[in-house]
Amino acid sequence: MMMVKHIENGTVIDHIDGGKALEVLKLMGGPNSSTVVIAVNVPSTKHKKKDILKMEGVYVDERKLDLISLIAPSATVNIIKNGKLVEKRPVKLPTEVSGVLTCLNPKCITNKDREPVTTKFTVEKEPLRLICVYCNKEFEGTSLLTA
Amino acid sequence: MKDIISISDFSKKEFTDVLAEADKMHSALQKGKALDTLKGKIMAVMFFEASTRTRLSFESAMNRLGGSVLGFAEPASTSMAKAETIADTVNTVAQYSDVIVMRSPFPGAAQLASEVSSVPIINGGDGSREHPTQTMLDLFTIKKEKGRLDNLKVAMIGDLKYGRTVHSLCKAFNNYFKGIEFTFIAPEALAIPNEFKKGKYHETGKLELEDADVVYMTRIQKERFADPTEYEKLKSVYKITPKILETMKKDAIVMHPLPRVNEIDWRCDSDSRCIYFKQAYYGVPTRMALIQLALRGGK
Repeated sequence: MMMVKHIENGTVIDHIDGGKALEVLKLMGGPNSSTVVIAVNVPSTKHKKKDILKMEGVYVDERKLDLISLIAPSATVNIIKNGKLVEKRPVKLPTEVSGVLTCLNPKCITNKDREPVTTKFTVEKEPLRLICVYCNKEFEGTSLLTA
Repeated sequence: MKDIISISDFSKKEFTDVLAEADKMHSALQKGKALDTLKGKIMAVMFFEASTRTRLSFESAMNRLGGSVLGFAEPASTSMAKAETIADTVNTVAQYSDVIVMRSPFPGAAQLASEVSSVPIINGGDGSREHPTQTMLDLFTIKKEKGRLDNLKVAMIGDLKYGRTVHSLCKAFNNYFKGIEFTFIAPEALAIPNEFKKGKYHETGKLELEDADVVYMTRIQKERFADPTEYEKLKSVYKITPKILETMKKDAIVMHPLPRVNEIDWRCDSDSRCIYFKQAYYGVPTRMALIQLALRGGK
């Protein structure tokens, strides 16, 4: 049995598909200056192998948390405050993603300097695609997340 | 209101209504009948990119309806030259007009304009994204010349990757009409994007037009190439000549959104199947119908 220290305040993302923790961490904006514990390929009864990400002192915007579902659809998010679990929820695939991703089409109006516009993508399942509401360009799977 | 941003904004009924209205406008124009249904209304044209047919046919359409027109044909003469944003320019022009027709090189600009404008926006082409009013006039042309919009074999040729008229037309056929069989003819570098490959289609690099009811030729667009040598390699890859016309069906039609460079030999112009200038005329009654639709009810 592997023991990893509990965090006092922050976010634990559990049940990440094996080997995907670093992608999830990148999506969350990287470790920055916070303490992050990453457990990779931990034996799991549900998924054979899973990754776990513990981020001390980090609370992530909910819209961003749901983007985890694009990488690891079975992940669960645990919010820890004063050493106690205050919220646990699965990530759910959003139907629309607004403001947190950048369109990769350099000509898209959302990439034009100073125009008052926020990026917006509709999410389509099977196959997973993100479609820019403005330029209509389709992006496959997680291409926008890892860019 | 009705902003006209994408061809997908139309319901099947609206499609049918616009085509029926365009037909009425066409009849009135043919009879030389003066219309003044939009007397007192002002249409602004904001063209951030070059255009001959779209801008002039819109202006002609508004004049034919008794309305008036103001605007600009290139951004250099506006405060855009002083770094004003598209959004602020649209917001300002909306104060002076009842409807705005806009063309921009930036995909999504028309959508942004519709979000900031207090008057309806008609998309006159936004980069490589869409050109919905061209699609409407293309459909009107096919309806008038072939008598139907279902059960057609349609050959699309040329720049199928960046050609917005191609994209919008594919969308319309896929969404609203039945029995369409596409042949996509393009060099590999300009192949039709996957999102438009729906229904019955086949792709080829050869100019195979024997079965086509509708031949939709497009220009290889120099302005969409970052690398000029790539353009040079591909610019003359397909050409419709009198010899090619001989291989085609007697009742086929050859369309082109124009301008052409050298992809249709001028010697083809006298062949009655080559209807691209008539297609340009159909832009007027179609846009008369669309301006009225946009203005109906205000915003």
